[in-house]
Amino acid sequence: MSVLIYLIPIALGLGGLGLLAFIWAARSGQFDDPDGAKYRILMDDDEPM
Amino acid sequence: MNAMTDIPAQGCPSGLAPASQDSQGDVSAFVTTKKGLKALSLSVRGAKCGGCLSKIEGAVKALPGISEARLNLSNGRFDVTWTGSLDANRIAATVSDLGYGVSAFDPDRGEEAAKREERDLLIAMGVAGFAAANIMLLSVSVWAGHGEMGETTRRAMHAISGAIALPAAAFSGRVFFKSAWNVLKRGHANMDVPISLAVLLALGVSVAETIRGGEHAYFDASVMLLFFLLIGRFLDARLRRRAHLAAHDLAALQSRSVTRLEADGTARSAKASEIAAGDMILVAPGERLAVDMDIVEGTGEVDESLVSGEALPRAIAPGSRLFAGTVNLGQSIRGRAISPAADSLLADIAGMLEAGEQRRSSYRRIADKAVSLYVPLVHTTAALTFIGWMLAGIGAREALMIAVSTLIITCPCALALAAPVVQVVTSGRLFRKGVFLKSGDALERLATCDHVVFDKTGTLTLGEAELVPGSAPQDLVLRAARLARASRHPLSRALVKAAGAGQVAAHVTEYPGLGLEAEIDGVRTRLGSAEWAGAGEAAEDGKLHIWYSEAGGPAHRFDFEDALRPGSEQLAEQLKARGLSLEILSGDREPAVADVANRLGVSHWTAGASPAEKAKRLETLRDEGRKVLMVGDGLNDAGSLALAHASLAPGGAMDVSQSASDAVYTGAGLDAILSIVDMARGARLRMLQNFSLAALYNMIAVPVAVAGFATPLVAAIAMSSSSIIVTLNAIRPAVWKRRAS
Repeated sequence: MSVLIYLIPIALGLGGLGLLAFIWAARSGQFDDPDGAKYRILMDDDEPM
Repeated sequence: MNAMTDIPAQGCPSGLAPASQDSQGDVSAFVTTKKGLKALSLSVRGAKCGGCLSKIEGAVKALPGISEARLNLSNGRFDVTWTGSLDANRIAATVSDLGYGVSAFDPDRGEEAAKREERDLLIAMGVAGFAAANIMLLSVSVWAGHGEMGETTRRAMHAISGAIALPAAAFSGRVFFKSAWNVLKRGHANMDVPISLAVLLALGVSVAETIRGGEHAYFDASVMLLFFLLIGRFLDARLRRRAHLAAHDLAALQSRSVTRLEADGTARSAKASEIAAGDMILVAPGERLAVDMDIVEGTGEVDESLVSGEALPRAIAPGSRLFAGTVNLGQSIRGRAISPAADSLLADIAGMLEAGEQRRSSYRRIADKAVSLYVPLVHTTAALTFIGWMLAGIGAREALMIAVSTLIITCPCALALAAPVVQVVTSGRLFRKGVFLKSGDALERLATCDHVVFDKTGTLTLGEAELVPGSAPQDLVLRAARLARASRHPLSRALVKAAGAGQVAAHVTEYPGLGLEAEIDGVRTRLGSAEWAGAGEAAEDGKLHIWYSEAGGPAHRFDFEDALRPGSEQLAEQLKARGLSLEILSGDREPAVADVANRLGVSHWTAGASPAEKAKRLETLRDEGRKVLMVGDGLNDAGSLALAHASLAPGGAMDVSQSASDAVYTGAGLDAILSIVDMARGARLRMLQNFSLAALYNMIAVPVAVAGFATPLVAAIAMSSSSIIVTLNAIRPAVWKRRAS
């Protein structure tokens, strides 16, 4: 069972990374325009329409 | 077939919204400058797809000096920043030339705060969710290893759980702790008091157990409790902000900019809110006033249907007082702005709005009633459990554990989710139908209404005159239309509408309050009032008339009426079928109101009612114990809208009326009113079901907990299942109704 000493911190660390990414996303306004975001990935910035 | 031809050149390239070009006035007053960078927020209507996004952003970015242009497709906000001398109106014109409706958006302070609150709740929810999931992972291994796991391992598991739970609860629970502390200081209790107590007690007991090396710890339950409750809070905050934004957007549609004449005679655009009493204002023909003023120069006629409910235009002269919402039908006029407080009508309305606001805030929601029952009941039960087990002699530690498990298992999760989820689902469905709900508790009030009071002009009717078919020979209509095309008078416009396209007579002179005159092929023709055209006074029959005469010959009469909105008759019938009684309360003249009341089969009606009389009538109905749903659009309705049990305003209503009402519906028809009533009733039923489910759950769970059988495992299962059942019940109607339609 001693492997738990490594596994639990690793699991928590990975989850914590996800949480940090979520907090960053919410703070920087990534969830402000869910409708627009799905179209923006397809927009080609190099070529003005 | 060439597919390219199907793509509309104007507006949304996917054809999801019709092209429009309604650009609203001068937007330059809304530009803000910060460190040499100019910023403007516009509200864009009709943008629905990725094509719109790139079209609008691309076109605006191509303008000189633009540093950033970003369109938010979810709420239609378009933020542009630029440097240099680019005119703000050119940006608005660029967007409207592409086929989208555009108006200035004036972000208010409340919006920024609401946005931050929503974001904080989302983050708190994320943290609680992360903590709950990870602690649950550890707890499951403790439960699964029951009897096999060594005490050291179990203690380590509990310690790690505690290390996650304590900071997470401190961070995510702030909302509840703060609110609970605030009400406790004032000697009251709300839902947050038992929540905070349960969380803090559970954490405290768990820490003590962990140190002692005990078997049970409630870290998972306390964090999960916070997670579920934060979902409810977040949904509630999001609903409020979205409703607020929608209402704000509708208000932005109305002209908020005013042409102010500076001391040196130059005309400059300014925000209506920046106008001070005494400023000189120029009102262009056809413009709607955004401030109140006394006329200094200019004569003509104005349409006051939004202010007084009177459908007929009023002649004005220097010295007349005009109110915001009035439309100038004649030549441009100059006026001096007056302060709103100076006038009795507006002061009266402001007083009524305040009274209505106070009454609204004292409304007790179903959730409030449930909480006032819940809080003392739960606390008494927990306290009695503790005392009971103490008397039974099992020791203070054991008794406290059982009491805490009772507090946790009677978790108000289901109670906290019961109302918000239903409100979010219902308001989302109404939103898609073009109805903007102001608050969640409005649904409850709308559902309990038993009497509907309508305003007439602009609400039941279209608010614009229409030629009565067959009232005059078509040949005569065509001849009179030659004069009418030169005028902005509503009756002239209605005549032109009936006549269609055609020629305009040369040199038409308009005499305010009388009519039009012109010489056509050497014949002097007149169009206007009875005395103007040389006809005697005719009997009042509820219709509007104008007369037409040629060369002083016999006058011919045209009859007009304010046409009913499509679907009014069906609406009246359907509302009656739902057990609601109807009434019309109008500021218009008696014959006109009587006519509409007859056609809709409404027996109770009042004509010529002033704002104060309308409010008085609502008070009378209230004293009779009726729950009134008021539907109105004008400034004269604002007071009664605020006083009514629940109220609705159409999208074209005055912004005062929109903010005084619970929901705003858009579209020309009245079907929305029926959907609102039906959905509100459905939502209320669903909420009552949810509260019953929550009560049922507690009836089963509490005896188990009091008896001391509620281990952390039982608490976790019971808590999450009750929350899920309540949520499923709330989203159920949306699912099966969508499938049915």
